[in-house]
Amino acid sequence: MHDKTLAQQAALLASGELKSVELVDHYLTRIERLNSNLNAYILVDEDRAREAAVAADARLQKGEGGPLTGIPIAHKDIFCTKDVRTTCGSRMLENFIAPYNATVVDKLNDAGVVTLGKANMDEFAMGSSNENSFFGSVANPWQHDRVPGGSSGGSAAIVAAQLASAATGTDTGGSIRQPAAFCGVTGIKPTYGRVSRYGMIAFASSLDQGGPLARTAEDCALLLQAMCGHDPRDSTSSLTDVPDFSATLNDDIKGLRIGVPEEYFAQGLEAGVADAVKTALAELERAGAILKSISLPNQGLCIPAYYVIAPAEASSNLSRFDGVRFGHRAENPQDLEDLYKRSRGEGFGPEVKRRILIGAYALSAGYYDAYYRKAQQVRQLVTNDFTEAFKEVDVIAGPTTPTTAFSRGEKSSDPTAMYLNDLFTVSANLSGLPGLSAPCGFSNGLPVGLQLIAPVNEEARLLNLAHQYQSVSDWHLQSPVAND
Amino acid sequence: MSWETVIGLEIHAQLATRSKIFSGASTAFGAEPNTQASPVDLGLPGVLPVVNKDVVRMAVRFALATGADITKRSVFARKNYFYPDLPKGYQISQMAFPIVGEGSITVTLPNGEEKVIGLTRAHLEEDAGKSVHDLFEGCTGIDLNRAGTPLLEIVSEPDMRSAVEAVAYARYIHSLVRYIEICDGNMQEGSFRCDANISIRPMGSETLGTRAEIKNLNSFRFLERAIDFEVERQIDILEDGGTVMQETRLYDADKDETRSMRSKEEANDYRYFPDPDLPPLVIDDAFIASVAATMPELPTKRRARFVETFEISAIDAQSLCSDKQTADYFEAVFEGQTFAPRLAANWMLGELFGRMNKEDVQLSDVPVSAAQLGKLISRVDDGTLSGKLGKQVFDGLWSAEGEVDDIIEARGLKQITDTGAIETMIDEVIAANPSQLAEYRAGKEKLLSFFVGAVMKASKGKANPAQLNQILREKLKG
Repeated sequence: MHDKTLAQQAALLASGELKSVELVDHYLTRIERLNSNLNAYILVDEDRAREAAVAADARLQKGEGGPLTGIPIAHKDIFCTKDVRTTCGSRMLENFIAPYNATVVDKLNDAGVVTLGKANMDEFAMGSSNENSFFGSVANPWQHDRVPGGSSGGSAAIVAAQLASAATGTDTGGSIRQPAAFCGVTGIKPTYGRVSRYGMIAFASSLDQGGPLARTAEDCALLLQAMCGHDPRDSTSSLTDVPDFSATLNDDIKGLRIGVPEEYFAQGLEAGVADAVKTALAELERAGAILKSISLPNQGLCIPAYYVIAPAEASSNLSRFDGVRFGHRAENPQDLEDLYKRSRGEGFGPEVKRRILIGAYALSAGYYDAYYRKAQQVRQLVTNDFTEAFKEVDVIAGPTTPTTAFSRGEKSSDPTAMYLNDLFTVSANLSGLPGLSAPCGFSNGLPVGLQLIAPVNEEARLLNLAHQYQSVSDWHLQSPVAND
Repeated sequence: MSWETVIGLEIHAQLATRSKIFSGASTAFGAEPNTQASPVDLGLPGVLPVVNKDVVRMAVRFALATGADITKRSVFARKNYFYPDLPKGYQISQMAFPIVGEGSITVTLPNGEEKVIGLTRAHLEEDAGKSVHDLFEGCTGIDLNRAGTPLLEIVSEPDMRSAVEAVAYARYIHSLVRYIEICDGNMQEGSFRCDANISIRPMGSETLGTRAEIKNLNSFRFLERAIDFEVERQIDILEDGGTVMQETRLYDADKDETRSMRSKEEANDYRYFPDPDLPPLVIDDAFIASVAATMPELPTKRRARFVETFEISAIDAQSLCSDKQTADYFEAVFEGQTFAPRLAANWMLGELFGRMNKEDVQLSDVPVSAAQLGKLISRVDDGTLSGKLGKQVFDGLWSAEGEVDDIIEARGLKQITDTGAIETMIDEVIAANPSQLAEYRAGKEKLLSFFVGAVMKASKGKANPAQLNQILREKLKG
């Protein structure tokens, strides 16, 4: 039953042919068998999962359930879960238990999901390979010597290895889309403000956005529906109405104008990735979409701007981890400064420290204008590029990443090479736009992701287009675990 | 050489909201440590700030009261530094775009002169928690009840030239924020505290000298003393050929001196940047209008009206307008009464304030209502009571003995106005004091007061003084 999509499982649950307790039991058995090799879960909470499944079955029995009632999922360990440990992949929060649920967790609980456990991730969501987790790196289910991508690497691996029906993730510079691409699953980062950030541990507040990872666009639509909506506890939460994402999945895409940025197919793009993406675009053209070559001239400035803004915000966001009130605290501090230095020195990993240093530097007196202010200006230029482009096209399409999943350890000593993984994904974060990655083929046996970007609040358009593509392709149904 | 003192003040007024600036936790003073700290105040991971609308309303009230500019789009910024009682590792404040911009106020100095003092800005920020150093052996305790309490930091131009002017300005702001009900002004509890920026320069010079900032002055007396000490200190340094260091200093009230806290070199780089968790604070005209509709008549205007309409002195009007509650009480005393409002002022400034001082109570805790005081004054005005008896009735009201007429009745204080009764008492007194009568008639007219006193005593203070006087004079003549 793990090979079914979430929507298929939901239909079986609704008809009573399948019980949530059976489904949960099945996934727990798989996790028991397969997670030790993948290390995709940081925590599995069998007791709570079984309890929630019983409650979900009762709800379904009374006909009070919705499409997510009884569906087993995993939460990226960045979402606070009341009474259940939330680590954010860090030693700093090795023993942290929040007294509250993230809004996303509450909303999905209200919809009746069953939480199996917490997904591994790069520490504080900083990374593109999931090698920066205090709880160990994660294997890519397609080839275990490859990375699953990051920072939502655990979530993507869980979905790909079918250790849950779906998972939540967060995306600050590509952290949903890049691992979705590397693991051959579908993931969407909605418009900034669509999904509440309350209880989602902050990395870079102006860029962070939660979203789902699942097998299909149809599944993502169901999850995103439950996750979106205004939250009075998040001042950046959007007041825009949330449409019914599932209702427009089958809309005809005839005449839909798809912009293909020439910058996305420039040097450095893996040939197999380029081929797969071009083939997918041709498929969409056959389905009635109109392809149009466009230009995003400031695309090249995205990475440098992102790596100023994100670390700057992070340097401030992570100041609260000081060993005073919660989190890791150094033993026998000599004085206050010693307490701070050792608690943070011991609690944070090297990549987190690197970004705190970069960020604090960028915000320092005398450097603010040259770095932070300049980066904000670039951000505006990038946004202007999109505004111009969307006058001509409805959606922008291209590869999610320049390459397929790289080898574990390959880039961990070269941060700049690692940062270039986000080349195509950060622009959507800088401009607050919704972006989706869907499987579109393979290169050397590893999945390739097709990225779709739409104007603000047009998630429905992305889901519709991806669903239509998935109606004429089966890349999303291929599985690394067909024979496990 | 003669020196000119230049002073600018930064006043932190704690806004009188029920809940904190970015969370729903209570702001009440004096609760058990850490019982009024929500996850937001504790800076737990993932939680987010949401601006309390009352805080915005109060800042707008301040702008309206001072005629200062209201920033239509102000921005919250993070001030980053590590300190154990600063839970997030940054304070949410406002930097480049404060909610209140430039304005100015006119302060009346003790010598009666008026002085215009410019307001640079006023911005919103959250307070930090408190470090408690004397509770645990070898450890510092942290109490985060105060963390997230809303503050309005009011920054003046360096327009003050003496400690006296600085105190007059601080008192004006103190009175104003209480008057417009945005701050309780309680200086002991830290609801209103001043930082003073002080420098000196040769008289006639246009350039500013190097300043020292003295932090956390929580009484007007300390403010005055700290400035006086600091000015002397700086003059001594300059006259000895030295240079004043730019630094932050603390005032030690016990030693009556200021001492260095940190120099400019040791100052933090706060790495200010706009808080990405809070969108710019947008204030539209409709919001301003809705706040304006709830604004009270301002003290300056009200003082002028009191002087003009009610014929009371400027000094009395100032005392009555020191806060809104007092001014409201005053107007309520004579509402619906026929006596002159001036009488209400006299009773309040004399009897009421005297009693409040003596018993150390605030107007809000006074057991005598404005209506009761009004009734009492009317009973004096209509001759039922003498002024002296009125004071006895006031005592009765203070001890909650009932309403004015009940107290007059119960205490038997009604004035004796019956001529016959007064005559009888006078006759008895005269008969009992033949020698004094003889002296009086021989020309020692000073003895009149002896007779008045004796008759008044015989009447137990209830004889109508005017009648008594008149009849007594006639009888003494013989």
